[in-house]
Amino acid sequence: MNYQIVVLIKQVPDTQNVGPDAMNADGTVNRAALPAIFNPEDLKALEMALQIKEQYPGSVITVLTMGPERASAIIRDALSRGADRGIIISDARFAGSDTLATSYALACAIRKIGEFDMVLGGRQAIDGDTAQVGPQVAEKLDLPQITYAERLLELNGKHIVLTRRLDNGVETVEAELPVLVTVTASAPDCRYPHAHLLLKNAKAQAEIWNADAIRPEIERLGLKGSPTKVKKIDNVVLAHKEGVQVECSEAGINGLVMTLVQDHIIG
Amino acid sequence: MILIYCELTENGQIADVSLELCTKGRSLATQLGTGLEALVCGNQLKDIEKQLYPFGVDQVLKADDARLFPYRTLPHFALLSQVVKERKPDVVLMGATCVGRDLAPRIASHLRCGLTADCTSLEIGSYEDKSKNKQYDNILYQIRPAFGGNIIATIVNPETRPQMATVREGVMKKEILDQNYKGSCIQLDASKYLKKEDEAVRIIAREIEQRKINIKNASIIVSGGYGVGSRENFEMLHQLAQVLGGEVGATRAAVDAGFAEGDRQIGQTGVTVRPKLYIACGISGAVQHRAGMDQSGKIISINTDPEAPINAIADYTIIGDVCKVVPQLIACYNKNKK
Repeated sequence: MNYQIVVLIKQVPDTQNVGPDAMNADGTVNRAALPAIFNPEDLKALEMALQIKEQYPGSVITVLTMGPERASAIIRDALSRGADRGIIISDARFAGSDTLATSYALACAIRKIGEFDMVLGGRQAIDGDTAQVGPQVAEKLDLPQITYAERLLELNGKHIVLTRRLDNGVETVEAELPVLVTVTASAPDCRYPHAHLLLKNAKAQAEIWNADAIRPEIERLGLKGSPTKVKKIDNVVLAHKEGVQVECSEAGINGLVMTLVQDHIIG
Repeated sequence: MILIYCELTENGQIADVSLELCTKGRSLATQLGTGLEALVCGNQLKDIEKQLYPFGVDQVLKADDARLFPYRTLPHFALLSQVVKERKPDVVLMGATCVGRDLAPRIASHLRCGLTADCTSLEIGSYEDKSKNKQYDNILYQIRPAFGGNIIATIVNPETRPQMATVREGVMKKEILDQNYKGSCIQLDASKYLKKEDEAVRIIAREIEQRKINIKNASIIVSGGYGVGSRENFEMLHQLAQVLGGEVGATRAAVDAGFAEGDRQIGQTGVTVRPKLYIACGISGAVQHRAGMDQSGKIISINTDPEAPINAIADYTIIGDVCKVVPQLIACYNKNKK
């Protein structure tokens, strides 16, 4: 048995390494100043796909992303780790997409890819943390969804068994393919790129599809297809408290502790 | 009408996060002059509606069926999506839990409506779309920190209904409105909503763990950020928490760096806490973190950086190295305690 696997990936600004120039003076995000990385949980989804391919070597892994052409960087990365094919859907008409419009465009692209047994993706992307795109793609493709997946326990014919890491424990579920699976942070890390694949893919170009290529209803794309609107963006203004500066010395700290004990806050 | 999708705990009670949303939903509904309804899907629910009325729920919709507990996406999707189509709520609120974050986006996709995850505040107001020259009143403001935490975004869904939002546990306050509040209950016939295909995913095992760490109810929290430096240094925070009778919390950066367990994470994507005393050690104070702790009674900040944003909301600031200050705090406390 060989599997046709689509892995949804995203290039994201590295929000964990935000520098002082991350914001423009007008409060908008200075994307140019942020390093762009492979969304961490999407790498874990890729690893799950690679494990399947290891077990069933004839399987084909297609990575799919929506974004600017510079997202080629993560496509090359995925190819170097063992993915077979990389596609970027990229078009000015996708600009301003919220999760609903994004999931619609991705679902259209997956339909164009054709036959698939499963769609995998990270649980959420670190630039939005919404965890919405996975379930929304599943709904649009009318697939059962298995979110928060941690480990693939079994894949046999059309039968798949996975564990899910929940707020309060672990659940083991089974389903028949096709399904959509979102992979959570505690899943196994992705293997490193292979040296020979790195060389081979150093200049690889992703396939780039524009909006027309995925045959969408145009009004469901981009800003027009996005029901959520940003009413306003506020820069964070700290309500400054008249705090007490405690001297960093034994006497200063001792005074603070005595005050807290007297006020019955501690003790 | 405002609809709350209620989650159940393992022992079949309404989850705290849902009761918190009922309290918030009640105040929004009153402001809008509309009703508050709650949907409960589970098995052997008995008179569970009685848990909801005191929070001001006017109508409880109850679906009782063995296929509805434990939670699975498709059966709950079938119920909630159909109920929303039938009852046409203006607003649907859900917990930002493993359940709500699984179910809400699928519903929003199906109904093609807007959804905002992890809101830290919900308000009612108006919205003007200048490009269409259109004014919308009584719109739900879905407010959340965004992008790197330097901004707070107010999101609206002017054109689509329902307006959907998820909120984490502890963000809203759970408050009984009236112990004798009069509501009514409608029993839904689950078999009318559920199809065979909704059984596509089957649960074959569940291991439910008791939450080992309970920072939500701690009255003193010693919390560490990336500035603490290492898991070993975090050990000092545990010592301080132990002598004070508190718990250890952490920022997302500290959790991501492996200094502390995920259960300790405080902030927008962690737990929201309101302790009597919050000691912030090596925490710069990104807005996502502050969203989870700024209601604390007293805040002490220990930081080498005098400009750290957290200092602006601290009652006491100690400019110094956590590794030096924390042991001094422990020593001084042992000397001064009664």
